[in-house]
Amino acid sequence: MSWLLDESHLADLSRGATLLGTGGGGDPYIGRLLVAEAIKEHGPITVLDPDEVDDDLFVIPTAMMGAPTVMVEKIPRGTEPVLALRTLEAHLGRTAQATMPIECGGLNSMIPLLVAARAGLPIIDADGMGRAFPELQMETFSVYGVHASPMVVAGDRHETVIVDTGDDDVRMERLSRACAIQFGGAALIAEYAMTGADVKRVAIPRTLSLGIGAGRAIREAREEHRDPFAALAEFFAGTIYQNVRPLFRGKVSDVERRTVGGFTRGGCTVAGFDGGELELRFQNEHLLALRDGEPVCVVPDLICVLDDTSAEPITTESLRYGQRVVVLGISTPPIMRTPEALAVFGPAAFGLEQPFVPVEELVSERFSEPVAV
Amino acid sequence: MRIGIDVGGTNTDAVLLGDDDSVLAAVKSPTTSDVSSGITASLGALQDQRAFDPAGVKAVMIGTTHFINALVEARRLAPTAALRLGLPATAALPPMVDWPQRLVEAVSGRSYLAHGGHEFDGRTISELDPDELRRHAADMAAHGVRSVAITSVFSPVNTEFELRAAEVLAEELPDVAISLSHQIGRIGLLERENATIVNAALRELASDIVGGLFAAVAGAGIDAPIYLSQNDGTLMDVEHARRYPVSTFASGPTNSMRGAAVLSGVTTCAVVDVGGTTSDVGVLTRGFPREATTEVSVAGIRTNFRMPDVLSIGIGGGSLVRGAGSSATVGPDSVGYRLTERALVFGGDTLTATDIAVAAGRADIGDRARVAHLDKELVAAALARIAADVADAVDRMRTSSQPLPVVAVGGGSVLLPEHLPGSGEVLRPENFAVANAIGAAIAQVGGEVDRVFTIEPGRRGDVLEAARAEAVERAISNGAVPSSVEVLEIDEVPLPYLPGGATRIRVKAVGDLSLTARSSVDLREPLPVGSRA
Repeated sequence: MSWLLDESHLADLSRGATLLGTGGGGDPYIGRLLVAEAIKEHGPITVLDPDEVDDDLFVIPTAMMGAPTVMVEKIPRGTEPVLALRTLEAHLGRTAQATMPIECGGLNSMIPLLVAARAGLPIIDADGMGRAFPELQMETFSVYGVHASPMVVAGDRHETVIVDTGDDDVRMERLSRACAIQFGGAALIAEYAMTGADVKRVAIPRTLSLGIGAGRAIREAREEHRDPFAALAEFFAGTIYQNVRPLFRGKVSDVERRTVGGFTRGGCTVAGFDGGELELRFQNEHLLALRDGEPVCVVPDLICVLDDTSAEPITTESLRYGQRVVVLGISTPPIMRTPEALAVFGPAAFGLEQPFVPVEELVSERFSEPVAV
Repeated sequence: MRIGIDVGGTNTDAVLLGDDDSVLAAVKSPTTSDVSSGITASLGALQDQRAFDPAGVKAVMIGTTHFINALVEARRLAPTAALRLGLPATAALPPMVDWPQRLVEAVSGRSYLAHGGHEFDGRTISELDPDELRRHAADMAAHGVRSVAITSVFSPVNTEFELRAAEVLAEELPDVAISLSHQIGRIGLLERENATIVNAALRELASDIVGGLFAAVAGAGIDAPIYLSQNDGTLMDVEHARRYPVSTFASGPTNSMRGAAVLSGVTTCAVVDVGGTTSDVGVLTRGFPREATTEVSVAGIRTNFRMPDVLSIGIGGGSLVRGAGSSATVGPDSVGYRLTERALVFGGDTLTATDIAVAAGRADIGDRARVAHLDKELVAAALARIAADVADAVDRMRTSSQPLPVVAVGGGSVLLPEHLPGSGEVLRPENFAVANAIGAAIAQVGGEVDRVFTIEPGRRGDVLEAARAEAVERAISNGAVPSSVEVLEIDEVPLPYLPGGATRIRVKAVGDLSLTARSSVDLREPLPVGSRA
């Protein structure tokens, strides 16, 4: 069933998308303001359930690529993402009937909403990452045969670049990344054009409403003085993400970041209140959690660091010594865990030696009882 | 001798410090709406308490919450224009887009977008267009704008456009005050712009207040330089304060914490300020408060001011004590300012934390006989609860496993035990009631660098060294004794997705104020290109 998204959903989406960003994806704040302004001007946005779209519906997903840190200083002109979409339409000779997120975590949860409001299009409640990832080929779209090319990269001077690398989405990532840097470190893109039938086959369903629901679960638990972690576990149990596992509770005792190949790589150690430690490794997003040396959650499953009382998600950029945190592992849906998917965004794709093992097999503790780790 | 003055919302405190930082006199007077007559009264009271030769005063340091209160109460704000340089970028979110409407109206806020701005790596977004600026200036004049905030995209990386735009506006609008964002905030356009607009709106008030401070100090026969405390615990001279009143916003808690440290003689510690309703815990590292890393909202406006990181818990002298025997609970609700009518020791009917402290013999307040009947087990349990909660708050603020000394200040600090679990001894300095004024009097001067640097492979050490040298140089040009300057903190955050090792580096250096020469804090010059390694 389709539904209307208005300004009242944005705070919950912002919080939930930061959680799904699993440490990265960029702060959705600027995106949220952009969408709020667009909704004020153009009214609420129609959200379509992916199972109900027509097979021949023509969909152009939209997003921001580049450094979220740039976007907090050089705010977009606001017209770039619609320009990217319109340019791709002209290039393909087809008019988009809907847009869709490519990444439900972080700032990119908001950009397609901006496009939907400004272009008067509905948005499909689905995406291709099911979280945040650092590179544009890390998409279930790509994994299951819908390719990014041709894509359009647009900048604030209303310059556009069409990138066409055929079926090679890794080359697409490299070439478009170079364009984004020339555009000032951040650019808006339209890519992965597909039909409604493709959406049903290659997209991760209902991840926009997943972000809103996760954000709402935290907020309502706080308002009603319930345990927000148990509330999250209860919420996710009713979704295709299903399992929330408590990985650790403790205090951040070390954070290390360095830039390698344009990404922030690093690690973080959390010391347990009753001994033991959890080590996190990240490349923009969290990739691996080791509890006392043993893996407890491995990419693409979600590793989420939250404030231990407010349950506010904490990004890798804002991790600092002394924070008291709860670390959750959240299982990803089967479409993200096939051998084909793991080849593109599993541990080996990030140079990790650990094999992927589902978090629900690595950790047996649950949230029905208080976190006792 | 130096004089430290804290102008709070209720009281104006003043201290006279000897050259060895000893407290020679300390007084409290009511704050007055014009600020200056309250200061005149405090200076007079200092003379009464301990006669001193005004000519022997080498500096007067003043901390004030006046400007932040003016914003919160939305009073005496000047009609202000926000000019942003960055077109065609940034148009989607014009200035003041996320402000409460009430405050937009209070500053008669008008927004202008113009060409200009830089990219992260120093390239221009578009050239400055002086004619466009003159058209905007004419519109500002037509609408009675009296203060302008100029914000250019990535001005922390390159200050050129803000400085040039200020020249153009100054020619067109000679009587209008101009505030530049690179002087006020760091990267994060909306937050920096917001702080700059707030600053602009306070410029007229700042001019009045600073003039009043001058008159009050001169009227007492003191011919020493006057400084104001800034958010980070360093000083600025009055000319700088006239231009950047927003820099005083968080000086209250900062001065309180720094004053507590100097009174107790430890510079790396947790400071627990126990008031009537809450206990506020902050951490000092080498005499300076640790800053909050998250965005701070002031009066509903999101800014990136450097505010001290303070954790408040609901335990104070007025906290309600409930339960019986070993199951006693304390707070978070409190009788607040009605302590002297509601607490048992004052003849009231409510069991408060103060009653517990009196019953346990830790304090002698009110009528001790009225709490003699209290169950000893309850008293012990309530005190244990308080100690455990405060110890937990201190532990939350600790960033290493090293034990941190605890300095307790505030009227409610009698609630704390001699030792806190996990922290060690609790220090209770004398004169803690005027810790703010002492914090102002002992303040140092600082210099800071916060920019995106490009770090080429193998050059990290050189870049960090250049940033350190620049921060030290700024501290010295702000009036620090060169031999006393030390680098307090270095923070580097690599920026993802950008080439060439783009890294945001922040360095803060501080030193003792030179009391021999008048310092001059001028608009900082644009940095030579060579300094961006």
